[in-house]
Amino acid sequence: MNTIVKYVALDLVRNKIVLVYTLLLATLSFSVLSIDSNTSKGLLSLLNITLLFVPIISILFATIYFFNSIEFIELLLAQPVKRTRVLLAEYTGLASALCLAYALGIGVPVLFLSPNMAAITLLVSGLLLTLCFTAMALLIFVLFKDKTKGIGAAIIIALFFSLLFDGLLLMFIYSFSDYPIDKPILGIVAFNPIDLARILMLLQLDVAVLMGYSGALFKKFLGSATGSIYAVTCMLFWVIVPLMLSRRVFKRKDL
Amino acid sequence: MPKAIALLILLFVCRQANAGVIHVYPGKGRQIQNAINRSNPGDTILIQKGIYNEIDILVNKKLTITGISFPIVDGGSKGQLFVVTHDSVTITGLQIQKTGRSSLTDMAGIRLQNVQYAIVQNNKLYYNTYGIYMQNSHYCTIIDNMVSANSVDELNSGNGIHAWKSTHLLIRNNTITGHRDGIYFEFVTDSRIENNVSTKNVRYGLHFMFSHRDTYINNQFVDNGSGVAVMYSKYVDMHNNTFRHNWGDAAYAILLKEISDSKIMHNLFIKNTVGIYMEGTSRIDVRYNEFKENGWAMRVQASCDNNSFEMNNFMSNSFDVATNGTMMLSVFKNNYWDKYDGYDLDKNKIGDVPYYPVSMYSVVTEKIPTAMILYRSFLTDVMNQVEKVMPSVVPDQLKDDSPMMKSWKLK
Repeated sequence: MNTIVKYVALDLVRNKIVLVYTLLLATLSFSVLSIDSNTSKGLLSLLNITLLFVPIISILFATIYFFNSIEFIELLLAQPVKRTRVLLAEYTGLASALCLAYALGIGVPVLFLSPNMAAITLLVSGLLLTLCFTAMALLIFVLFKDKTKGIGAAIIIALFFSLLFDGLLLMFIYSFSDYPIDKPILGIVAFNPIDLARILMLLQLDVAVLMGYSGALFKKFLGSATGSIYAVTCMLFWVIVPLMLSRRVFKRKDL
Repeated sequence: MPKAIALLILLFVCRQANAGVIHVYPGKGRQIQNAINRSNPGDTILIQKGIYNEIDILVNKKLTITGISFPIVDGGSKGQLFVVTHDSVTITGLQIQKTGRSSLTDMAGIRLQNVQYAIVQNNKLYYNTYGIYMQNSHYCTIIDNMVSANSVDELNSGNGIHAWKSTHLLIRNNTITGHRDGIYFEFVTDSRIENNVSTKNVRYGLHFMFSHRDTYINNQFVDNGSGVAVMYSKYVDMHNNTFRHNWGDAAYAILLKEISDSKIMHNLFIKNTVGIYMEGTSRIDVRYNEFKENGWAMRVQASCDNNSFEMNNFMSNSFDVATNGTMMLSVFKNNYWDKYDGYDLDKNKIGDVPYYPVSMYSVVTEKIPTAMILYRSFLTDVMNQVEKVMPSVVPDQLKDDSPMMKSWKLK
């Protein structure tokens, strides 16, 4: 397994797109953090960039990469290696390459220019987002045979989580605003890794008080250590569940 | 004329000659009260350095009570300390500490009761329930005092400087921390609050109720539980104050409720949850203020009318203005808004298209506070942009027709 991970990772490190992705993130974070004297605001802008770019780039790139390496995977499967091993090795290689790109692109400038708890939270939530969306890409890869369909599904998933989900949530909040919906909303939010990452980060910044102003429950629950643990755990579920599902599907898949 | 002056001086000297000086040293029993009892009106009581354990010291003559290098008058958490019931008493240079706590009486370090022309200057008041308490007193001066306590909740604490049914007070250069309200005014008129620092109080830094024609200038209100509240008053002038970091779930820099004909000018609002909260206010001039990094710079409820907001700077606030209705009877003019992205073709430094300070998302969260969970999500950014292009939800009367292209240079 380690050998496969190594080869996948090496292949990706040489890949120009990962390099461009790293450079893009690094340029953005350096410029945002150095333009604004207020680092808290800089971190907020970086959060926006993370929430917008990381999911869509991770899922699209990963889907395309998995479909492109289908021949390599088939070749490997002809060898006496377990199917799940190959699949998980592919995932690990790709995820570690993308995480490395994020850590270098956002993590290094942020920890260099404003090392604090919020910066670490930004880094952690970005990395978790990368892991989530790469796992979803893997699931897409095992479910679809056709590359075009797979890419379509990836785009839809990314859009769904970054835009549509929040729209539906807002509609839900609107329609049930007469009821005590604070608690259900905390549950619903867990179904969107992007929201989880955003809330995790916001609660580290001063603006958290705006949430407290509207609903004491949000601040009280999410602001505590339990809230952070809840958000991180939910995000980890978003990594593990797609991985388990794709493992199951891939085991029985007719290649 | 010179004769008259000479006569005046003579009279003055005579008076001075009459006044005796009584020294008080630490010892057993009620040293200070005994000294007051045997003094004559007009005497000076000099309290030497030391610790005096005394409570309920009644000052019922015109006296000057002066401490030499801050003698400590300690109430041992039992009763009140100085109760002044005669006009023209001066209390200076004392460290007055540890009054009792009672739910029947408001225990105060210095209580001025039905008096005029009292002066309380340069004292240190520590751990008292109420620091300085004025009750039906007029023309009193409270200067250079340090008032501090360590209150934790509103119920078991009192106010730093408390005034009730008084007129013509001057409160200047005091530092007040850790009380319930830093300065509390109820039915107090024609008074001035100047150069005070009010920080870390549990409730309000300054609290006004039914107090007309008062002025507060050059004060600093920092880190108070909920900022400054001005309620049910008229003709209040608020100038050159700094409101900083009144930051919490229900904190305001200024809470205005049922206020009219007042002026808020040249103030600085930094990092408050809400800069100015207005409810039922009329004819208030808000000018030359700077709002920076607040959660909401202003919340102007629809019940306000005829207020004018001119020539203010709004910078880096999460929300500029929020309101709870579509009606707006106040005027916004010539303000600088950092979120304004209009243009100025005729180069008169005034933007050519109006600015709508209420964002779509702020309307949504005002109606349904729970929607705050979506703060800073991509969806809300998109919604705000769409609304900017085609306004349909935001109150269209609330707009600045002549927004400035560059910020005002204030201060």
